[in-house]
Amino acid sequence: MSDPDRNGLPAALGRPVSARKGEAVVLGHGSGGRLTAELVRRVFLPALSNPLLDRLNDSAEVQVGASRVVFTTDSFVVNPLRFPGGDIGSLAVNGTVNDLAVAGGQPIGLSAAFILEEGFPIAELEAIVQSMRGAADRAGVAVIAADTKVVEHGKADGLFITTSGIGVVAGNIELGPERIQVGDAVLVSGPIGDHGIAVMSAREGLEFQTTIVSDSASLNGLVSLMLKSGGTIRCMRDPTRGGVATVVNELAKSSGVEILIEETAVPVRDGVRAACEILGLDPLYVACEGRLVAIAHSGGSDQVLAAMRRHPLGSDSRRIGVVTRSAAPRVLLRTAFGTTRLLDVLAGAQLPRIC
Amino acid sequence: MKFLDEFRDAAIVRALIGQIRGATTRPWTIMEVCGGQTHTIVRYGLDELLPRTVTLVHGPGCPVCVTPIGMIDLAIELSTRPKITLCSFGDMLRVPGSTCDLFDARAAGADVRVVYSPLDALELARREPIREVVFFAVGFETTAPTTAMVVHQAARLKVPNFSVIAAHVRVPPAIEAILSSDDNRVQGFLAAGHVCTVMGIDEYRPLVEKFKVPIIVTGFEPVDLLQGVAMCVAQLEEGRAEVENQYARSVRNEGNVAARGLMAEVFTFVDRRWRGFATLPKSALALSDRYAAYDAIRRFGLTQTRANEPIECRAGEVLRGLLKPLQCPAFGSSCTPDHPLGAPMVSAEGACAAYFGAGRLAAAATEAK
Repeated sequence: MSDPDRNGLPAALGRPVSARKGEAVVLGHGSGGRLTAELVRRVFLPALSNPLLDRLNDSAEVQVGASRVVFTTDSFVVNPLRFPGGDIGSLAVNGTVNDLAVAGGQPIGLSAAFILEEGFPIAELEAIVQSMRGAADRAGVAVIAADTKVVEHGKADGLFITTSGIGVVAGNIELGPERIQVGDAVLVSGPIGDHGIAVMSAREGLEFQTTIVSDSASLNGLVSLMLKSGGTIRCMRDPTRGGVATVVNELAKSSGVEILIEETAVPVRDGVRAACEILGLDPLYVACEGRLVAIAHSGGSDQVLAAMRRHPLGSDSRRIGVVTRSAAPRVLLRTAFGTTRLLDVLAGAQLPRIC
Repeated sequence: MKFLDEFRDAAIVRALIGQIRGATTRPWTIMEVCGGQTHTIVRYGLDELLPRTVTLVHGPGCPVCVTPIGMIDLAIELSTRPKITLCSFGDMLRVPGSTCDLFDARAAGADVRVVYSPLDALELARREPIREVVFFAVGFETTAPTTAMVVHQAARLKVPNFSVIAAHVRVPPAIEAILSSDDNRVQGFLAAGHVCTVMGIDEYRPLVEKFKVPIIVTGFEPVDLLQGVAMCVAQLEEGRAEVENQYARSVRNEGNVAARGLMAEVFTFVDRRWRGFATLPKSALALSDRYAAYDAIRRFGLTQTRANEPIECRAGEVLRGLLKPLQCPAFGSSCTPDHPLGAPMVSAEGACAAYFGAGRLAAAATEAK
């Protein structure tokens, strides 16, 4: 260590630190990419393993009497707490409702746990909780259990929220990646990347000509229409952390298939494209909070797509790819020029480029 | 999107490929200097569209990649000192030093922050006067003007708790080193358009005269790159060696005069070792004596460690265009983006990361079968 006095600096305030590779949690462990998967494999699965958890689905399905119940949980640590199109409260409701919805579940109740940092303004908390109420009303669900903890100033970043949810799955609904077949269509319910870019713009004070608004919304209404469309849906996912590329990879992996995505078919708003160009990000890896990816039997996929487009949250739905073959799981992207490349899972979070 | 879609137009791309195919009578090896160009090539598979006679090799233009490990160690060591807030671009935080990277230092308690502009670091210094805010400045001549600007601002506003580790480097000395080497195989260059937007194109004329190689100042979109290749092949086939400007919509002959003026005031040329190269004369930019007060190296008495890159990592040969990423034995086995041996596997502009991300390893394996 240097001698602070020699540098003309006041005495040290902090402690010296020493860092070694791989011995501590890094931010990339929370990215949803390969580092997250590695942490789950190394730490969580060995200790907590059981047949339901081991499936690593968004929700776990359990049989309770005659009912099929889905259960899920999710924590929200978004910074800033408010962003164009939403805030941490509505996000916490929508995120958990969507994890239930893509498992085919209609939500019957949510729980919410709040970790508050000492000094957090009560007025702001009120506004966020009101926003949760609004989101819950729109989704037709209620927060039926809650908890509050307060930590000392500096021990949390204002407010963290964890929501859990239970839902019921109607008897005739059968979803799961193991149902995916060669020839199936890959559908997405609207333009991708809006949420990630909206939050990043708010966080970094990036100003673009048009404000990019988060897509955060509850998708249970959209899913209900899809399930009644007459087409056969194999499986659905909500492309949150890691974006569409990451969930399509997860689907390919859990079903043992190769999936081809047509780059020109993927809907991306001009504002999001422009922001991604400037920041050096690929919209396929940017988070959505009000979109879903569905794999549907090719025969009825037009009916599913038509049903999606009838719902306001799915009006820009598109077919973006196809399950090409049963093979070593991977996702390929076909470019506008007809070349193909692997669309892999990222190691950690996408980082803005230097130049 | 205007000014972008027309440079990714599939019909124009096909026409340019046809033009290059028609013009090529012999094998040619062309180096694209900038890592951003490498990523466009691999992302769109442009090298797969080109005739087999035209080989693109990837150059040293990834600033994170050529920053020597000793410089990264120095930044990591500084970040672990009390009261220091170290800021850099996100890409830099994942590059391995000898024992860890800046993300690991942060996880261990160091105050390491990602910024999008050096001005954010200066703003942070003004907001948190009890911290010593240090900006770890990497990049070629493209990003050097913003560092020059922020140092100039810090001096004007007399911000006492702000300083810079200047690790900026220059393109022409690297091209000279590649062309001077006995094992060079590069016959023409696509120079980095954004570097030339700042510096202009006159720096490249002496290189063209000395080594008789065409240098085409080229942009970053698929149409830009294929136009650059077409112009380079035309020169090679006709036996010409000139500086030509494909990226005229951004690059003027004299460059950005205001930016160059500020750089000349704030920086001075120094010799520096690059990852994969020997010490290159006048290849780097250090703060001039006038701005010594804002030089973190002098303020904190920092010295580069003499650490060497792992022997298994052949980044040096990749950065000099002697080895393609797939020809490195460590590629995809002991070296992956999750566990990189060297910077080219980490950076958004690194050639190895481009190949890995596009699944070139799997493609090569399938071809071999």
